[in-house]
Amino acid sequence: MYPNAFQYHQAHSAEEAVRLLSELGEDAKLLAGGQSLVPLMKLRLASPAHLVDLNFVPDLAYVRREKGAIRIGALSRHADIEASPVARQIPILYDCASGIADVQIRNRGTLGGSLAEADPSGDWGAVLLTLNTTVRTVGPQGERSMALSDFLVDAYTTALGPAELLREVTVEIPPKNSGGAYLAFKRCAPVYPTASAAVQLTLDDSATCRDARIALGCVGLTAICPAEAERALRGQPLTPKNIDAAVEAARAAADPQPDIRGSVEYKRHLVAMLVRKAIASAARRARGERVEVSHFYA
Amino acid sequence: MPDPIPRVPIRVTVNGTRHELEIEPRLLLVDLLREQLDLTGTHVGCDTSYCGACTVLLNGASVKSCTVLAVHANGGEILTVEGLAKNGELHPIQQAFVDQLGLQCGYCTPGLLLSTYQLLSKHPNPSEKEVRIGIAGNTCRCTGYQNIFKAVQAAAKAGRK
Repeated sequence: MYPNAFQYHQAHSAEEAVRLLSELGEDAKLLAGGQSLVPLMKLRLASPAHLVDLNFVPDLAYVRREKGAIRIGALSRHADIEASPVARQIPILYDCASGIADVQIRNRGTLGGSLAEADPSGDWGAVLLTLNTTVRTVGPQGERSMALSDFLVDAYTTALGPAELLREVTVEIPPKNSGGAYLAFKRCAPVYPTASAAVQLTLDDSATCRDARIALGCVGLTAICPAEAERALRGQPLTPKNIDAAVEAARAAADPQPDIRGSVEYKRHLVAMLVRKAIASAARRARGERVEVSHFYA
Repeated sequence: MPDPIPRVPIRVTVNGTRHELEIEPRLLLVDLLREQLDLTGTHVGCDTSYCGACTVLLNGASVKSCTVLAVHANGGEILTVEGLAKNGELHPIQQAFVDQLGLQCGYCTPGLLLSTYQLLSKHPNPSEKEVRIGIAGNTCRCTGYQNIFKAVQAAAKAGRK
């Protein structure tokens, strides 16, 4: 399968990419790792007349610790983040990066591409919504920063303007006694999950939960942050009763579509199971235990 | 008539040999290898970035060459299955797949060899879990994978000698 013919433009800086997008107009698309766009083009579901390639822009791929935050360049490959000792300081980032698709796709696909595509089944949106995440964009009017929750507007829709691109993602390091975990259920490695759950907890010295952030992936048009499930844990002891309440609230907040991957009830069941397991792993990590988590496969 | 699409000049090194070509921007890496360089050892399986039959190494990183534009190889180095054997001797990974019967029809094998090459370059002594993760992006419809696991482990052992 071949994509439709397109004109190729290699950008050498983010600013040049913005200029090219402005000049070329609506028929131009940005190309990062290409792991979603190239298949869409091969299936002729996307047929841009121009591609503006970011792959040769230097300084868009990095993972750095700066003060209380980790800054990740938008062109960082999932595999770069998986291999980064800096990113490991927030274990849920490793859970996410190391579990996306398979080795080959992680070697090409990028954080920025994943977030800017805003696929409802994408992994990064759910994970990063449980952390204090801001994104920095650059467009014809210059740079702007916004919370990730403002950036992710709807399925396949972000706050990016027509000639704007995502430049950097900044994640605050969570406070002491914090831990998170991200779990997905997948039919096999290369595909998107059927359902996923991200949980980030901060404990008081005791087993009481000072803060709880939960996000559900693949069961709504965007990742869903179930406020009631978070309330069931926030400021509460992590008792089986409170955990049950959080899991049930998450199940109720999920809004899945029935498709080839499963029925509505099946996906609600999955996401509830994933939330329960993610709470358990997140709590252990928050208490300082080293816990390996891995996705579940059908 | 619309303006013709300008071709793009690229330089690539494939299995140690340098090539300078002018290509259509939409050319996929796998088609550059198979159609323009006659390296037909890299197979097209699903053509949708699922099966991994088309796996090659681009600058040391395994990629599914059906889902990478050939322009992305510009200035880069590619390793395909044809680059594994040296002086008529099979690469230890290839030999391990032969010895352990790590293939039946052989269609997925070039991709699996390159995924194994990638895995062992990062984990010379992989655990069973690391092997499973390392070849999770390669589908085999014949073997049931058991002999492939054995082949990867045998290749790791041979590489440590």
